[in-house]
Amino acid sequence: MAKIVVDGLEYEVDSDNNLLQECLSQGLDLPYFCWHPCMGSVGACRQCAVKQYRDADDKDGLLVMACMTPASDGAIISIEDEQARDMRERVIESLMISHPHDCPVCEEGGECHLQDMTLMSGHNYRRYDKKKRTHRNQYLGPFINHEMNRCITCYRCVRYYDDYAGGTDLVAQASHHHTYFGRHEEGVLESEFSGNLVEVCPTGVFTDKAFSEHYARKWDLQSAPSVCTGCAVGCNTTPGERYGTLRRIVNRYNSEVNGYFLCDRGRFGFDYVNSDARLTTPVRQVNGVSTAIAESQWQALLEEFTSGEVIGIGSPRASNESNFALRCLVGDSHFYSGMSDSEHGATQLILELARDRAFHSPSIRDIERADAVLVLGEDLTNVAPRIALALRQSVRNKAKELAASCNIPRWQDAAVRELAQHERSPLALLSGYATRLEDVASDSLIDTPAVLANIGHAIAAKLSDKAPAPVALASDYSAAVSRIAEQLAKAQRPLIIAGTCAGDVALIRAAANIARALHASSGQVTDLCLVVPEVNSIGVGLLANKDNLLSAALEKMHSAAVKKVIVLENDLYRRAGHQVVTDALASVEHLLVVDQLPTATTAKAHTLLPTTAFSEHEATYVNYEGRAQLSFQVQRNQSSAMPAWRWFSDRRQGNVEAIVNRCAEEAKDFAKLDDLLPDVKQFVAGMKVPRQSHRYSGRTAMIANLNVHEPKQPVDDESVLAFSMEGIPSMKDATILGAAWAPSWNSNQAISKFQDEVNGELKQGHTGSLLIERTDPNASYFAVDKPAKKGKKGALQVAMAYQIFGSDELSARSHSIQKRMTDAYIGISPEDAEALGLVQGDSVSLNGNGDLATACIRSRIKPGTAAVYCGDNQINAHSIGESLLISKSAARSDDRGISGLIVSDLYEEGY
Amino acid sequence: MSSANTVKHSDVIASTTTRARKLTAEEIKEIEHEMTLYPDKQAVGLEALKIVQKHQGWVSDESLLGIARYLDIPAADLESVATFFNLVYRHPVGKNVILFCNSVSCWIMGCEGIKDHIKDKLGIDFGETSVSGDFTLIPVPCLGDCDRAPVMMVGEDLHRNLTPEIIDKIVLDYQSN
Amino acid sequence: MVTKPLTKNIDMTRGPLAIAAYESADGYQSVQVIAGGMSPEAVLQLVRDSGLKGRGGAGFPTGLKWSFVPQGENSPAQKYLVVNADEMEPGTFKDRLLMEGDPHLLIEGMIIASYAIQASMAYLFLRGEYTASERALKKAIGEAYDKGLLGKNILGTGFNLDIVLHTSAGRYICGEETALLNALEGKRATPRAKPPFPQVSGLWGKPTIVNNVETICNLPGILTYGVDWYHGLTKGSDHGSKLFGVSGKVKTPGCWELPLGTPIRELLEDYAGGMRDGLQLKGFLPGGGSTDFMLPEHLDLHLDYAEIASVGSRLATGTMIILDNKTCPVGMVGNLMKFFAHESCGFCTPCRDGLPWVDEIFNEFESGRGNEKDLQILHEHVDYLGPGRTFCALAPGATAPLGSGLKYFAEDFQRHIDEKCCPYKH
Repeated sequence: MAKIVVDGLEYEVDSDNNLLQECLSQGLDLPYFCWHPCMGSVGACRQCAVKQYRDADDKDGLLVMACMTPASDGAIISIEDEQARDMRERVIESLMISHPHDCPVCEEGGECHLQDMTLMSGHNYRRYDKKKRTHRNQYLGPFINHEMNRCITCYRCVRYYDDYAGGTDLVAQASHHHTYFGRHEEGVLESEFSGNLVEVCPTGVFTDKAFSEHYARKWDLQSAPSVCTGCAVGCNTTPGERYGTLRRIVNRYNSEVNGYFLCDRGRFGFDYVNSDARLTTPVRQVNGVSTAIAESQWQALLEEFTSGEVIGIGSPRASNESNFALRCLVGDSHFYSGMSDSEHGATQLILELARDRAFHSPSIRDIERADAVLVLGEDLTNVAPRIALALRQSVRNKAKELAASCNIPRWQDAAVRELAQHERSPLALLSGYATRLEDVASDSLIDTPAVLANIGHAIAAKLSDKAPAPVALASDYSAAVSRIAEQLAKAQRPLIIAGTCAGDVALIRAAANIARALHASSGQVTDLCLVVPEVNSIGVGLLANKDNLLSAALEKMHSAAVKKVIVLENDLYRRAGHQVVTDALASVEHLLVVDQLPTATTAKAHTLLPTTAFSEHEATYVNYEGRAQLSFQVQRNQSSAMPAWRWFSDRRQGNVEAIVNRCAEEAKDFAKLDDLLPDVKQFVAGMKVPRQSHRYSGRTAMIANLNVHEPKQPVDDESVLAFSMEGIPSMKDATILGAAWAPSWNSNQAISKFQDEVNGELKQGHTGSLLIERTDPNASYFAVDKPAKKGKKGALQVAMAYQIFGSDELSARSHSIQKRMTDAYIGISPEDAEALGLVQGDSVSLNGNGDLATACIRSRIKPGTAAVYCGDNQINAHSIGESLLISKSAARSDDRGISGLIVSDLYEEGY
Repeated sequence: MSSANTVKHSDVIASTTTRARKLTAEEIKEIEHEMTLYPDKQAVGLEALKIVQKHQGWVSDESLLGIARYLDIPAADLESVATFFNLVYRHPVGKNVILFCNSVSCWIMGCEGIKDHIKDKLGIDFGETSVSGDFTLIPVPCLGDCDRAPVMMVGEDLHRNLTPEIIDKIVLDYQSN
Repeated sequence: MVTKPLTKNIDMTRGPLAIAAYESADGYQSVQVIAGGMSPEAVLQLVRDSGLKGRGGAGFPTGLKWSFVPQGENSPAQKYLVVNADEMEPGTFKDRLLMEGDPHLLIEGMIIASYAIQASMAYLFLRGEYTASERALKKAIGEAYDKGLLGKNILGTGFNLDIVLHTSAGRYICGEETALLNALEGKRATPRAKPPFPQVSGLWGKPTIVNNVETICNLPGILTYGVDWYHGLTKGSDHGSKLFGVSGKVKTPGCWELPLGTPIRELLEDYAGGMRDGLQLKGFLPGGGSTDFMLPEHLDLHLDYAEIASVGSRLATGTMIILDNKTCPVGMVGNLMKFFAHESCGFCTPCRDGLPWVDEIFNEFESGRGNEKDLQILHEHVDYLGPGRTFCALAPGATAPLGSGLKYFAEDFQRHIDEKCCPYKH
C-alpha cells in the first residue's frame, strides 16, 4: 500500500499499479484510450496526462502520462491542473482531426468511449478546417464491420487481437497519420475471439455486424444480467432486446469467470431466439398432422403424466429448474440426464473427482494464474473457448516473473513482452490432432487417446512413486514425459485439464492421477479442470442418478416396459445411435417433448409443448467448475411458450424463486443455489431494478400502430427486475448490474465505476455459488487402463472433433454462426489421404452407410486416425463406432465443403 | 428473422484468396543466410522482403505470402512492416528507382526546380513510373550529402550537385535503348 | 601528434585504406592493447575518464551509458552492441564520411565497445540508401575477419565478436535507439518506453548498447593514445574533436574535423568560406533539422554543448544548415515540418496527428492562404508537441525549428499573411 495525493486529497493505493489504474480504482474521472484494464499500458494515446510534482514545494510540476507512471508512495499529482487539462483537450482535438463525426449513423453512438472522453476533456469546437484523411474499409467476415475512418489509432485492437487473444491476421499497417488496422487482405477474421474487438475499440471502427443489421441504441435496449448457454464456462452476458427481438449480446463483467471477454459463439450465437421456426403453440401430432391444444386442455394433458411409470429424460442444455421439475414429476429413479452413455459416465466421474479434497476446480481467473499447464485430450478452443483464451494468459506468467526480476512493472505491457520474447510458462498439449493453442505450447504430442492417457500415467509416475506405472511407452515420448513432469513439479500453481469431449474417460483418470501425484508431492490442493461440453452438463449430472443410463431408458422404451416418456429440451438423435432412438421412440405410447425449436426428436412427439429461450426466462445453470449462476429474463415471450419447469408444475403455479428454493432444499449438492436469489428486502422501498435504461425511448409510441394509448408496462411478478424504466437507479443500491452506465461513462468502460478496484469484484453482482462441497478425502489412484484393442484392418481410429461454430446445437441455428459453419469433415493425415486417393475438400462416404462428409487433410494428425467433426449433427456420432472406413464419393454432402474452416494445421500440398 | 439452416455459405469468402509464389532457389539461399545472422524469424522476415525486392524489383502480394509460407510467419506481420518502411515497395516500380532528396538542405539549394525538370522530362510526379517503365520517382529524406546538394540516387548510385543538365545526362545514361 | 583522430586516414580522392595500410597507420593498436591484458572494466574506466559524450545528438556520456549494462554471473550471457549508422537527420552528413572514408576505424571502435560491455554480437544498423558505405564496410569487415580481428577468440583474448551489417528498410525514426532495435527485430520501428532502457532490456530483450558511428570512431584513439592526449584535443569544456559540417548557400560547404570549442564564426567563415556573394546570413540550425535556429549574433559562441544550449539550441549532430536572406524561413521550416510529419511513426497522438496539421498550415502559408488563426495554432503546437507530451523525441525535435522559427522570423510569417503570398517568391 502507498499513499498518493491527487488534487490535494490523499488516497491509499497499490504501488504495483500505475497512476491511471489507481485513479480509476478510486473512482476519479481521468480520460484514457490505449490503456485497458487487462492489457496494461503502452503510452500511445497521451490522453491521461496529469501534472506530477516532485514534492509539496514544487509548484511547477511536470506533465506525465498517468498510465506510464507508477503509483509510488508519496506521489503528488493533479488531474485538474490547467496545463494537464489543456493537454487532454488538445489530444482529443488531434484525434478528432480526421474522425468523421458520424455519430448519428454510427453503431457506437451512445456507448462510445470516444464520445465520453471528448465530453470529459472539454473539447467542443472543431478548428481543423483542412482535408481529412480517409481510409478504405475491409470485409472482415460475418461478425465484424470495419469503418476505419473512425479510427483514433489507439492500437487497442491489435494489442487485444494479437497480443492478448493470439490472433495473427489483424495488424497495424502503414505509418504516420495513415496508420491502418486491418488484415493483409480482405477476409474473415480468423480469431474465435474477434467479437471482443467491438468492445475493445473505443469508437466505432469495429462494430457488431449482426447487430447493425437490426440496430437499436444501447439506451433503447431492454437488458438484464444473463449467462451464456453456448458451453459449460457460463460467461456472463448482457443481451439486449428491442421490439420483441433479441438484438445483440455484450460481455458482462464477472471477475471470476469471463472478465472482459467472450468468445464469438457466445456473442453471435443467440439469434435462434428470434427464429421463425420457434415452437409457439402446444400441439398434438398425429401422423404428421399437428393440431393445437386449447389452453383448457393443457392441465388434463399433463395429468396424464402424473400417474404411473413415466420416463423423464432431462437435458444438459436445460436449466436446473426445468431438470429438477421434471425429476420431481417422474421421480428420481425415472429421471435421466439425457446425455449419451459415455458422456453421462464421464460426467459422473468428474463429479466424483469434484468432491475430492485433493483437487480444486479452477475458475477462468485461476486458470490465468497457472504457471504450468497440461491439457489431456481436449480441443479447448472448440469446446470451451474462454478457457483457451485464459490459457493464452497463463503462458504469460513467465514473462511477468522475468519482468519482476528486472524491476519492470508488469503493467508496462510492451516492455514485459520485449523482455520475455518467446519465453512462456509451460503449456503441454496432448491431443488427437493439432489444436489452436499449439502456437503457445511448450509441448504438443499428437496420438490416440489411449496412448495419451498412458503418457499421462507416465507423467504421474514421474511425479510420485505411489502413482501406478504406465504400460510400456514408446521411447520417443520419454524426454517429453520427464520434461512435462519436471515443469509441473516446479510450478507454484500447476494445472491439469481434461474433459469429456475427447471421448475417453481414460484421459480423465490419467489427469486425476497426475493431479493426485502433484498433490502428494507438494501437499497442496491441485488445480484440476475437467471440462464438459454444455451449459448445464454439471447441473443435470448432479440431479440425475449415476446409474441411469440413456441406453437403459431407450431399451425400456423399445421393450415397451415404460409407455410414457417426457423429453426435456433434448434431441435424442444427438445422444444415441440413429436406429436405437428411432426404434425406442416408435414403441412409446405417449411421447411428450418440450423444446424451443423443432428437432428430429420433436418431429416424433405426440405432444409438443413450446418452451422459452434463455433470454425469456430466469434460470440457473452450473458451469464446469460447479459454479451455479443466475441468468435473468431479458424479454417476454409473446407466444404460449413457457419455461419447461412451469409446464411440469402443478397447474403451472409457483414462480422461479419457489422452484429454486425447493431445488436448494431437496436436491443434494444444491443447498447453496438459493444464495443466488437477490434479496428483495434489501431493496429501497420495495422498488425493483429496471430492465430499461432511464433514457429508454419510444415507450409510448412502440405500439402506436395498434393502439395510441400508452400501454401499461407488463408486470413482472416473479423477478426483482421490472419491464420498465422506473425503479432503483442502477448506480446505487442495486445488487444487480445489467448494462453498466455511470454519469459521463456511457460505454462499457463504465465498468470501473462498479468494481471495488480495477479488475476487482463488482460491488454489485454475484460471482456465483460453488455448489459442490469437497468432503471426500484424497482417494486412491486410478488403475492404468489396458491398451485398447486394434480396430478393423484398414479402418481409421476415430477421434471426435468439434468446431466452435457448429458443434453447439442452439448457436448453430443462428444466422451469423451459420455463415461460419462448414460441412461435417473427416480429418486425416496427408499419408492416409494419399493412400485413399483423397485431396483436400473431396467428398467421402463413411462406413458405406450413406453418411457423407468432406475430407479435411491436416498436417498434424496421427496417421491411422480420423478426426470426425459431425457438423450440426449431420453425422450421428454414436453410429460411427470406434473405427471408420472412408472412401471417395461422387455425391457431395454439402455445398459448403470446408471452405473458410479455420484450423491451424490445414494441409497444403507443397508447403 | 432467422429460420433454421437457411443461410447459405455463399457470402463467406475464403480467408486467403491470393496464392503464394514459391520463392526462387536464389532467394531461399539468401534468406537462409539471414537465418544465421538473426536469432528470430521475425527479423529475417524483414530481410526476406528486401531480398525478394532485390530480385523481383518489388514485393507483390504473392511474394509476400511466399515469404510468409517459407518462414512460417503470419502474412499480416510481414504486411505490417512492409507498409511501414519507406524502402519496401508494395507496388511495381520502374527499372530505375530515383530516390529524390527533398529535405531541407537540398530544398535550400533549389531541389524543387530540379524536381520540376524531372517531372517535365519524364512526365512523372512523386510515386509515379514513367511510361517507358524506366524510372520511378520517389521522395526520400535527407541523403546525407548536404554539402553537395541537391542530390538524388538512381538505383544504387548517388548523384550530386544536380542541375537540369546533369539530370538530362542521367536520364540518357539510365534509360533503356 | 595526431590532432584529427577521426579523419586522419580519410582522403576522399582515393578509396579508404585497406587493412594493411590502416594497420601501419596505428590501426587496430587498441585491439593489441586489449590483447595485452586490459580488462573490460579497465576499458570502460578509460572511456569514462576520457569524458567522451555521444555524438548522435543527445550528448550522453558514453562510459556512463556502458556502465548500466548488467555484468556478472546473474546477468544475461548474451549482450549486444548496436551501432546507429542510420544517418537521416536533415542536413546531417558526417557519419557517411567516416564510413566511406575509413571503415576500419569504425570496426576497431566496435571491437573496443563490444569488449567493454562483453557483447559477442554487434549489429551495424546502416541506412539503406548508403550503398557506398555498405560496400566499404562489407570489404573492411571481411578483411578484419581474415586477420582474426573478428570472429572467435580474437587475437587469443578468448573474446568472440561477430559483426552483422544490417541495412535499414528506411525510416527516420530508426535513428531513435529503441525504434532502431524494433527495426532490427523486424518489427515496426516504433519507439519503446524508457525505462526499461536498452542497457537492461534492449535487442531481443537482452542488454544492449546503442552508440552512434562517430562516438564509436572516437574509441580507437582513446585506447591507442590515451586519455591525456584525448583531453588535449579540445578547445572547450567538452573533450575530443568532432565532425562539423556546413550546408546551404555558403561558398565551400563541407564537413571537417575540428576541436570541440571551435568558434562558430571560424567554422562558417574559415572552413565554409562564408556566405555566397550577395547573400547574408539570416540564421542557422547548428546541429541538424531538430535544433533551434540561431542568429548571426550567435556567431561568436563556441561549438560546445553547454554554450550552444545557453541560447536555447543544441549542438546535436554538429552539422549546420545555413539560412540566407534570400531563402524563405517559412518555407524552410515548412520543409522540415513536412519531413517530420511524414516520418512520424504513427504511435502517439500529438506527433501522428499534430504534425500533419502543422504541415497543412505551412502549405496554406506557402500558397498565400495563411491566417492569424492558423498562426495561433502553430504557436500552440510548439507546446503541444513538446518534450514529455509525446512518446519520443521526434516531435519535440520538430518543435525546435518551429518554435524558434516562429520567434525569430515572426515578421516573415506575418508578411505571408498580409501579402497573401510568399514574399520571397515575388
